[in-house]
Amino acid sequence: MTEKHLSSQFDAELSAVSTRVLEMGGMVEAQVAQAVHALANFSTEVAQQVIATEEKVNQLEVDIDRDLSAIIARRQPTARDLRLLIAISKTTGNLERVGDEAARIARTVQHLVSTGVSSRMRLPVSDVSFEAGLATTSLRRALDAFARLDVNQALQVIKQDNEIDAEFDGLLRKLITYMMEDPRTISASIDLVFVAKAIERVGDHAKNLAEQIIYIVKGTDVRHNSVDVIESAVK
Amino acid sequence: MDAKVEWPMTDTAKISVKDLNFYYGRFHALKHINMEIPDKKVTAFIGPSGCGKSTLLRTFNRMFELYPEQRAEGQITVDGQNVLDRGLDVSLIRAKVGMVFQKPTPFPMSIYDNIAFGVKLFESLSRVEMDERVEWALKKAALWNEVKDKLGQSGSGLSGGQQQRLCIARGIAIKPEVLLLDEPCSALDPISTGKIEELIDELKSDYTVLIVTHNMQQAARCSDYTAYMYLGDLIEFGPTRELFMKPKRRETEDYITGRFG
Repeated sequence: MTEKHLSSQFDAELSAVSTRVLEMGGMVEAQVAQAVHALANFSTEVAQQVIATEEKVNQLEVDIDRDLSAIIARRQPTARDLRLLIAISKTTGNLERVGDEAARIARTVQHLVSTGVSSRMRLPVSDVSFEAGLATTSLRRALDAFARLDVNQALQVIKQDNEIDAEFDGLLRKLITYMMEDPRTISASIDLVFVAKAIERVGDHAKNLAEQIIYIVKGTDVRHNSVDVIESAVK
Repeated sequence: MDAKVEWPMTDTAKISVKDLNFYYGRFHALKHINMEIPDKKVTAFIGPSGCGKSTLLRTFNRMFELYPEQRAEGQITVDGQNVLDRGLDVSLIRAKVGMVFQKPTPFPMSIYDNIAFGVKLFESLSRVEMDERVEWALKKAALWNEVKDKLGQSGSGLSGGQQQRLCIARGIAIKPEVLLLDEPCSALDPISTGKIEELIDELKSDYTVLIVTHNMQQAARCSDYTAYMYLGDLIEFGPTRELFMKPKRRETEDYITGRFG
């Protein structure tokens, strides 16, 4: 928000809550990256760190929601301010779920390692890392777009989600081939399917974030619309 | 600037304002106002002090004519009749378009007579009919239960909130079609304000209510349509829900979000 309110305290409250959202976003983005790192290195230790962070993320969600309620009760915001607060509430929900997905990946890594799968087994881990790279980039861009209220970048994030979905589909086909070729990889491959799905969900959450940015700036609720419709709302 | 109503109007219009200009001597206080005010809805007028919202309200029943240096040009039609037409009897207009002011203004007489006084000017009712009318108006204004045992007492003995409801009862007793409320709650505490707002909500089933308020939240709470005015211009006029969530004009957004300065 560039233009200042008559009440500088109100500006400070909005800016503080926005900063906490970015802090939470940074935290879950790191969580996803760490979880994928744990997978690539079959590291239960790193996986454990990811799981441990979940509690902090959950607490941030609760704290931010409490701040939002306080601002709404005291300021009775309207128009753009109100849209910002509603969007933040949805955004924190999405970020919390990104954290859940990261923890899910971490637990899968722990399961993989405990069942004796090691890096020697031929598995398309690097493809999973590639998909994860796309998803975390999307998430970071969405958070950047939120910080700058940049609808064009938000639109790019929405468009990029198709790429992540396509990557997931490709990975799924690949894993099926692995399972057919060597039935000994079935158990581990199924774990990787869950990981790939979790990453694909991270991409969806990044897209949801981007939709909220368009809502804040343009006042148009673009959820559940095609990219074309969203594009015309942004213009 | 010629303000445009950009919102689609789905309700039928009760009052139609066409190219209305208003002058205090040489000062141009309202500039080319065009708007259609919907029937049996609450329309709120908001804007900073001096924007012309009260001035506009006072043109609807020619209240401004009490001051010789003030004049209005243009057209304000209520049910097809131009209120500004000099040939129209102003007291008949005011019977049709009632007004309640910022400060409660009970007449220095009993509660009963406060209400009967205006009715007597326009209708000759029997004692029983008048009793019924007074009771009806007080019930409508949600005041009956509080005053039914002291109708003979002076109206000025009531609390501020009660006095204001008495004025509203007086306003509706003559069965107007349009009710103009000029900052009706600015002198009241939140409980009395809540009662008046509740009352406004009930009144709109029978009347077209126009309210001027400094309290934006009040406009947001109790109106169906909101008009934002600034320096004599009508900047934006539309459904309250939309105007407070997604105003079409930047000036409106700045004002309602408190960025105005």
